[in-house]
Amino acid sequence: MTGFASFVKKESLHILRDKWTLLIILIFPIVELLLFGFAISIEIKNINFAVSVPHRTEAIRKQVEQISSNPYFTFRGYISGNEVDKELRSGKSDAVVEFSKDNSVLIALDASNPNKAMEGAGYLQSILMSGNSNASETTSNLSSIIPETHMLYNPQMNSAYNFVPGIMGLIFILICAMMTSVSIVREKETGTMDVLLVSPVKPIRIIFAKMVPYFTLSCINLACILFLARYVLKVPMSGNLGGVIGISLLYLSLALALGLLISTVTSKQITALIISGMLLLLPIIMLSGMVFPIENMPAALKPLTYIVPARWYISAIRKLMIEGLPFKYVLKEFSVLLTMTLFLVALALKNFKDKME
Amino acid sequence: MKENIISVKELCKNFGKFKAVDRITFDVKRGEIFGFLGANGAGKTTAIRMLCGLSYPTSGSGTVAGFDVMRNGEKIKHHIGYMSQRFSLYDDLTVYENMKLFGGIYGLSKMQVERRSVEILNQLQFKSEINTLVGSLPLGWKQKLAFCVASLHRPEIVFLDEPTGGVDPVTRRQFWEMIYKASSEGTTIFVTTHYMDEAEYCNRVSIMVDGQIKALDSPAELKKQFNASAIDEVFRSLARGAKRGE
Repeated sequence: MTGFASFVKKESLHILRDKWTLLIILIFPIVELLLFGFAISIEIKNINFAVSVPHRTEAIRKQVEQISSNPYFTFRGYISGNEVDKELRSGKSDAVVEFSKDNSVLIALDASNPNKAMEGAGYLQSILMSGNSNASETTSNLSSIIPETHMLYNPQMNSAYNFVPGIMGLIFILICAMMTSVSIVREKETGTMDVLLVSPVKPIRIIFAKMVPYFTLSCINLACILFLARYVLKVPMSGNLGGVIGISLLYLSLALALGLLISTVTSKQITALIISGMLLLLPIIMLSGMVFPIENMPAALKPLTYIVPARWYISAIRKLMIEGLPFKYVLKEFSVLLTMTLFLVALALKNFKDKME
Repeated sequence: MKENIISVKELCKNFGKFKAVDRITFDVKRGEIFGFLGANGAGKTTAIRMLCGLSYPTSGSGTVAGFDVMRNGEKIKHHIGYMSQRFSLYDDLTVYENMKLFGGIYGLSKMQVERRSVEILNQLQFKSEINTLVGSLPLGWKQKLAFCVASLHRPEIVFLDEPTGGVDPVTRRQFWEMIYKASSEGTTIFVTTHYMDEAEYCNRVSIMVDGQIKALDSPAELKKQFNASAIDEVFRSLARGAKRGE
């Protein structure tokens, strides 16, 4: 154990002395989580709509009222048939519902934001359909089958449920991989690595000593994120907490191994930073299913997602935390992550040994 | 006659076809100040790395502090200290924290670290700065402290790789006084430098050109051999023959 404790102490001092970095490491996940949890939402909540009618009838008034009563819609007023284009173009309304004389309904939407248009159309259709069914119940029973939809696991369609696992997948890679690689490479750059290598301390101990404080910091982050997710964002945490923590610790080790690997292939801090940024962060955001659903990706891209560790981690966390499944349902994710970790550790250590010789 | 503490025979290091160090042979005696000169790219650093147990020689043999450079690189590390121009302690740690770190690395007890640190700082009349961050000290002080830290564990040999680069003449002078003191206490000093006036301070100097040692003797003898008035002239007449560029 020659000097291992001295090393851990030194690394901790480096981090503690660098107040800004420390602050960023501790505050960043919290800000990110709150930002995604509250401010940024992928669901459409405010759709302005106008109505165009040949002449106002009681039935139409009722339907308009029904739409307006929906919290997602704001009624902008009645317009005449030739104003539809102007209304949408000017951006006053996102959707116009046109009732025609033959009782057919046309929904015109501003599709410059396709997501908003799609969602608005969906909402409007279902509201109008349910209105029809109510009205037609007494008269003819022409109404078609209306499917009943249940939003399972996330009944309020809360986007925080989606983002918490994603943020976790991102933060841990960022802190563990990026910070360790940069801190190892920094010693190469300043030349201190040589002095450490001349000392009797085994190189691998030096590296492990570097990982200890970052691992500790990540554990603090993990605790913060879980606490915020549960008590501020009200994510249910229906699954077993032990499973979540267990798989997170495995993911942390994977991130550390990645950081070590990056540090063995670069000799400049800036390169380490760019590699971790481009090679780790972008794929996590694009390919992990954090933002864009993997199911919707082109077939050529899908296999690529298999090699992104965050994909497996996020999927496992979703299952454990949101769906509340027992641990045996994430065994696949767990074994994939474990294999990746072992592979990365082996590769990093081999590379490290080669480089040190 | 003092014993040899470094003894090297026909030591080679190749990187592919490139012969970084080409069959060097020399001995260093215990307590000696040995100057290891050479132009940039002559192979000095590679040679030092082999002597410190950082890299395996391609061929040849040698012992440092009684241990084989081929087989016992790890054991050598316990008996040497190392300081380079690029490295002068950790800037974001205090003077004392640096001393504790390196003391800890070399397995000194807390008591030993404390006693030796105080002793060193008293000698340097630097006790008041014990809790100052190294980053806020002038370069000359950093280098002097770095030398003390490198010899904190009382190594038999201290390797100094261009220790006085960028330091003013007065501090350089003080630095060499420290080297002389360590040498008189029995520590062997193995030093590389680009300052030829410093080479004159050494007991013996070797001059490396293109991976080979082209001259090795006391400064006075070398000057006589090359019919020169200063080591500088000897160095330049040898380095002129170098085929390798910078």
